[in-house]
Amino acid sequence: MSIMTYRDAIRLALREEMAQDEKVFIIGEDVGAFGGAMAVTKGLYEKFGPGRLIDTPISESAIIGAALGAALTGLRPVAEIMFIDFTGVCMDQIVNQIAKVRYMLAGQVEVPLVIRTQGGAGKGYAAQHSQSLEAWFCHIPGLKVVMPATPRDARGLLKSAIREPNPVVFIEHKVLYNEKGEVPEKEELIPIGKADIKRTGKDVTITCHSRQVLNTLSAAEILSKEDGVECEVVDLMTVSPLDEETIFNSIKKTKRLFTVEEGYENNGIGAEVIARATTKIFDYFDAPPARLAFSNCPVPFSKILENSILPDTKKIVEGVRKLLS
Amino acid sequence: MKKMSHQEAAELYRSMLRIRRFEETCHELYLSGKIPGMSPHLYIGEEAVAASICFFLNKDDYIISTHRGHGHCLAKGARMDRMLAEIMGKETGYCKGRGGSMHIADVTTGNLGANGIVAAGLPIAVGAALSAIYRKTNQIAVCFFGDAASNQGTFHEAVNMAAVMNLPVLLVCENNHYGLSTPIKKTCPTCNISDKAHGYGIEHTTCDGMDTEVSFAAAGEAVDYVRDKKKPYLIEFITYRFLGHGASDNRSYRTREEEAQWLKKCPVKNFRKKILSDYKIDSAKIESLEKEVEEEVSAGLKFAEDSPYPKPEEVMENIFAPAAPGGGQ
Repeated sequence: MSIMTYRDAIRLALREEMAQDEKVFIIGEDVGAFGGAMAVTKGLYEKFGPGRLIDTPISESAIIGAALGAALTGLRPVAEIMFIDFTGVCMDQIVNQIAKVRYMLAGQVEVPLVIRTQGGAGKGYAAQHSQSLEAWFCHIPGLKVVMPATPRDARGLLKSAIREPNPVVFIEHKVLYNEKGEVPEKEELIPIGKADIKRTGKDVTITCHSRQVLNTLSAAEILSKEDGVECEVVDLMTVSPLDEETIFNSIKKTKRLFTVEEGYENNGIGAEVIARATTKIFDYFDAPPARLAFSNCPVPFSKILENSILPDTKKIVEGVRKLLS
Repeated sequence: MKKMSHQEAAELYRSMLRIRRFEETCHELYLSGKIPGMSPHLYIGEEAVAASICFFLNKDDYIISTHRGHGHCLAKGARMDRMLAEIMGKETGYCKGRGGSMHIADVTTGNLGANGIVAAGLPIAVGAALSAIYRKTNQIAVCFFGDAASNQGTFHEAVNMAAVMNLPVLLVCENNHYGLSTPIKKTCPTCNISDKAHGYGIEHTTCDGMDTEVSFAAAGEAVDYVRDKKKPYLIEFITYRFLGHGASDNRSYRTREEEAQWLKKCPVKNFRKKILSDYKIDSAKIESLEKEVEEEVSAGLKFAEDSPYPKPEEVMENIFAPAAPGGGQ
């Protein structure tokens, strides 16, 4: 094992996949010599050159469309959209083109394409640079949506995403880039579509993803020490398609469900998890499920306001206590 | 000007006639209730464009088509029977009835898909051209689009990106003067759509898309330019759709006199006259070619009508491709 940051782990996955398959290339704004707005691709330009780190104009639709054209013709593009908020600009290419072309052509084509982007609040970037918009993509058939929380997961999942024959929206979290963690020396592929139990427990199942996994683990520690409550923390990792089996098995054991996410509460990931669990395994529940999400409010700039509605460890602890009371 | 041989003239006529007869057949099928859903967007009147451009393309060159895409699909080499089956929603269609008229494509002929979203194909074609350069092939990518598509943001993003990256993409504008009912004069401040290419510093031309010889020559030069120079090129064909946007369009936005003027320029009829007079192809040869096209239509119709509908239990197939071994699934 070596210790590295989330950013370095993502870069490692890119470097490994570009080295082992020359069809893999990166396309996006400032991804080349500059090294990416989040410094994720730093150093790759020196190793692989401008032919495989393709800087583009600020044209998100053209970036995604060009990636699709390349994917349809034998390449494996990794397109970077600097902030997930900017996907609003290229939603047609993602939703109507990338997600649907294989189906519309009855399987005549494969679309091995990764959209790497990052979201999340907590840095005072305000309403257009802080959102967690994963639910948008989960709504669309034909897309897989992956959101790693740790360096190890980021590396293993991104490698799998690049090898997928299907479009994957790979969403990083801006607050996690400097978080450190263990990453195996050996190549590791982490399967897409599988959740990971990050902490086992018998009293309540908490589903979460991305940065909120870290907050949930901290909350679980507090609840264990102060309340004697053992939380089972299910890191969804892939938010679409959901790993129902792992989630349901956990609920069957704990009889309780609490969901945590950073996206808006309306029609969010928690809504989907709760809907599936209560419609399919209702009889196992001992208490009504509950959810914690970002309030249905644009992300405010001022720190005191942003923190007031951003899910955090304290809010998770309070939410779980309420659910158990 | 690129001259065509007798052989080429006959081939071009066959390509145009296949489109014309295919589209007339679709029109009849739709009016008789045999095509479900939205009326197909027919290419009648614009045949010289697809036939001329695709004449110069290799099988492994790429095209991206539009909602008015049957002509492109046929000219690039698709079969009539499987296209008709698709349009009728049958399992034997190119898209097994999942795509229909607006999404029909035979990928084995280099057709990367027709598109129901105006101008959405342009960046995809840019990506296919980028891929050709990346893989060091001699392929080019062609994107067909209408006059009104040039008002979409994706048009500008795609042309700009193709220009700045020097990509071998041929942008083929079919200027038929109307975006559904709205005349292009009301929505586009430039005289020609190709004027927009000027702003991006790429080569461009505008030609008479109703004159088959002119279209053929211009198409040949455009394809050669893109392939040889590995640069984008925008070619605009001034053309006209003889029917409405779809079957329910009563064409209230244009006069019958205007239509009559354009009908005189019918590329199929006029080119037939031309190949008899100027190219001295004898009428027996033309008639036998026409008979072959008729046979292709009737065999295609029979195939499509006799074909089964898809099975509802298979509706969820092909949303995702199965992951490769060792892959991420």
